[in-house]
Amino acid sequence: MVMVYGFEHIYKQAHKKKKLKAGKMTINFLGKTLKNPMVLASGVLGNNRDILQRVYDSGCALVTMKSIGPFPRDGHNNPTVIDLGHGMINAVGLPTPGYRNMEEEWKELENRNFPLNASIYGGSVEEFEMVAKFVSLKKPDFIEINISCPNSDQHGMIFGVDEKASFKVVSAVKKVIDVPLIVKLTPQALNIGKIAKACENAGADAICAINTAGPGMIIDIESKMPVLAFKTGGLSGPMIKPVAVRCVYDIFKAVSIPVIGLGGISTGKDAVEIIMAGASLVGIGSAVKSRGIEVFSKVNLELKQWLDAHDCTIDDIKGAAHKKQETRNKKQETRNKKQDTGYRIQDTGYRIQDTGNKK
Amino acid sequence: MTSVKISEKPGKLKPEKFKNRHLMLKILEKQINCPGFATLFFEYNLDFRPGQFIMVWIPGIDEKPYTISHHSKKKFGITIEAKGIFSKKAIGLEKGDLVGIRGPFGTGFDIVPSSFSVAVIAGGCGIAPLATLVEKLDDSTFFIHGARSKEFLLYPGRFKTGRHYCTDDGSKGHKGFVTDLLEKEIQSRKIKNSGKNAEITGNTGNAENTGNAGNAENTGLTVQEGKAGRDQQAEKTVNTGAFDMVYACGPEIMMYRVFQICESNGIPCQVSLERYMRCGFGVCGACVCGDRLVCRDGPVFGSDKLRSMADFNRTALLKSGKAVDMNQFVSWRSR
Ligand SMILES: Cc1cc2nc3c(=O)[nH]c(=O)nc-3n(C[C@H](O)[C@H](O)[C@H](O)COP(=O)(O)O)c2cc1C
Ligand code: FES
Repeated sequence: MVMVYGFEHIYKQAHKKKKLKAGKMTINFLGKTLKNPMVLASGVLGNNRDILQRVYDSGCALVTMKSIGPFPRDGHNNPTVIDLGHGMINAVGLPTPGYRNMEEEWKELENRNFPLNASIYGGSVEEFEMVAKFVSLKKPDFIEINISCPNSDQHGMIFGVDEKASFKVVSAVKKVIDVPLIVKLTPQALNIGKIAKACENAGADAICAINTAGPGMIIDIESKMPVLAFKTGGLSGPMIKPVAVRCVYDIFKAVSIPVIGLGGISTGKDAVEIIMAGASLVGIGSAVKSRGIEVFSKVNLELKQWLDAHDCTIDDIKGAAHKKQETRNKKQETRNKKQDTGYRIQDTGYRIQDTGNKK
Repeated sequence: MTSVKISEKPGKLKPEKFKNRHLMLKILEKQINCPGFATLFFEYNLDFRPGQFIMVWIPGIDEKPYTISHHSKKKFGITIEAKGIFSKKAIGLEKGDLVGIRGPFGTGFDIVPSSFSVAVIAGGCGIAPLATLVEKLDDSTFFIHGARSKEFLLYPGRFKTGRHYCTDDGSKGHKGFVTDLLEKEIQSRKIKNSGKNAEITGNTGNAENTGNAGNAENTGLTVQEGKAGRDQQAEKTVNTGAFDMVYACGPEIMMYRVFQICESNGIPCQVSLERYMRCGFGVCGACVCGDRLVCRDGPVFGSDKLRSMADFNRTALLKSGKAVDMNQFVSWRSR
């Protein structure tokens, strides 16, 4: 068994005492039962059925496809993905065969035995609609719209940073599909909570956050050239985890639909952290490099061990960071009130005096 | 006798520690091998095993995977065939030009002990990853090298191990396929070995030791016999078949034929695949073949993996991620 750093002893004690609460990790997400809260991030490992099956068999409960676009597109030239040690920078540039050019892929995915989340993108509301309508007929379990990719000038992020544009595209897509709709947001939005709220109002069933952060740039100092062919690229991996946690926290506060939290998650403790910020499911992308495709079962096991050690369930800790904050705020408020009342008494005192004077 | 320690299965080997960012190196030397082929040398002590590859970046142009064809403590080299925009640019580079490398990536070949009888089969540019392997293997290795014609048989005079040549136009050695030579050799060795078989029975060629070999069934023995054989002769490496291991690299159709021949003769093999690549470390999914990532799980795959890889010699992904059949992929690659 994989031991999770630092709390094995608590785990053992909890085991001795009573039956553990966490038990099975199954989760009901938008009416679909998932075997655990682990999700494969879009754009990682591609769209090939065999590899998606392997990801599922490696402990991932919901696999997300690489974003599918309206027209065939090669993406950018290499270098496209560079590992920086503390995370990655990438500008793959939304390569896609094009939604109408994937018949064999869809056929292969038709009789899959795993839940599938089809990610799509477009350059306009009409393109989003067109792709969504078609993809919906292929019966994925969910459709995720990527309004947050920083690696193309015409696609993606322009929607995700604007409340009105987000509302428009989400409501348009929602009308033409008959599977639950997930909206993937970008941390570049000035107020991600407001964007999420706009998506919820437009009919989104869940929010996925975050896409890559930045964009950033790395320059090779010997050749004096930006390394990525696209020059700039989105950041992912451990270095963006604090951003992801903050975004999920803000979104959880703003909306009542579930949130898929991702961005820099690579251990069970990371998963606990983002769940406490408000995530219902936990996505993993870049950590596939550092911990292999087995990262899903590893993180799930570590998460379960943490829950067991603390004798609680995912539901108990979901958004827990908010609850604590609330109680603290309440205490603070009562304290403030008391002080307020104090002032008021004094106020009244003065007033009494005042009245007295007037008399 | 057993000099080289066998490591884990190719698929299970942990990726070596590598530089994350590009290591910028100046070209030390350029050799023109033949028309359209050049080898670039760099002065650097690369931590490397045969079969691994590096990502080579020409600033402002592109970045592509290349296998290491020459390796010593002081320097290493990559051999480039001018096919597309990148490779044409690459062979036009000169001494002193700056190139970025990332890696090495991938698992590399699983090298068998020198007591094993081994065949190495190279088709065309496929000699590049096999060259450093041949130098590590015993001189008695049965080494077949095929190419279009005589002038494209790379690295003349390089190896101590003798080569069996074959060319498409018959300008050197056998006229025809490398697989013709392999099949012929397997047949003749089988006949030679059939006498020995009577003395040493129940030997599986130590499938486990090679870390790669087929299960007992594939060696023509039943499971029980195989187990018994292993128990009795656990450490011995005497083989009753023609070869204990076959290594191959070349056009995928050639490697597939080699794999088929090996399968029908119960011989384990390792081949090195090629796919379009982006990250090189198993994240982007550009290089998938079946359920395997060529950059990370490969590029070298053993028989046990090849058996379950439906896309081997069938499907490959274009830059857009579109899955196409092998012919279409090959013509796209050689644009
Ligand atoms: C190579 C690569 C390609 C990606 N492609 C997509 C994509 O096509 N669509 C998308 O919505 N997100 C894409 N992403 C973003 C990831 O889905 C994820 O949101 C981000 O990497 C943060 O998660 P992580 O830190 O766990 O990697 C990509 C990320 C990487 C590293
Ligand atoms: S090149 Fe193999 S996964 Fe990226």
